[in-house]
Amino acid sequence: MQSHIVLLAIFAFFVSLVFAILTKDDAREQLRLGAMLFGGFIVAAFVLGWLMYPIPL
Amino acid sequence: MRATVAEKPQSGGLVLLCLASWAIPGVGHLWLGRRAKGLILLVALPLMFVLGLAIHGRLFPFDRSDLLVGLAALADVGIGLTYFAATMLGYGAGDVRAVTYEYGNAFLIVAGLLNCLVVIDAYDVAMGRK
Repeated sequence: MQSHIVLLAIFAFFVSLVFAILTKDDAREQLRLGAMLFGGFIVAAFVLGWLMYPIPL
Repeated sequence: MRATVAEKPQSGGLVLLCLASWAIPGVGHLWLGRRAKGLILLVALPLMFVLGLAIHGRLFPFDRSDLLVGLAALADVGIGLTYFAATMLGYGAGDVRAVTYEYGNAFLIVAGLLNCLVVIDAYDVAMGRK
C-alpha cells in the first residue's frame, strides 16, 4: 500500500472516527460529525495540495 | 432515602481506570458501561497503530538529546501495552527509504495521542462531567 491518497483517507477515517466517538453520544450525531470531519480532512488536503503546487521546493 | 449528591469516585479507582484505559484503548469506556464506544476504540486505535507499523513507521527511542524525537517517543507510548508488545517483538524499526515512512510515523504518533484523549474522556465520564 503506497498510495498517498489512500493512506491520507485511512488516516482521516481513523481520526474522524475517534473524534466523533468521543465528542458525541448519539449515534446519528456521531455519524454526522464523523462524516463532516472526514470530508473536511479530504477537502483540506486537496485545497492545500493545490495551493502548494506552484511553490518550488 | 435517595442521595442528593452524586457519589464521588475514589481516587484509587480513578487511577486504576486511567491506567487500564491507557494500557488497552477503550477498556476504560467498557469499564464505565459505554460498551459501543469502548469496543470501537478497542479495535480502531490498535488497528491504526499496527497499520503504522505495517507501512514502515518507526517507534522512536527516548532520546534526550533531540527534543522532537523524545516527544515522538512519548506520543508512541500513548497507545499503551501495544507499544511494548511491538517493541518486544522487534517491530517499529522503521525504514526511512520507504515511501510510506512518514505516513507510518504519523499513524503511530497520532494513534498514541488519540489514546491519551480517550484516557481523558474516560476520566471525565468517571467524574460525571459527561
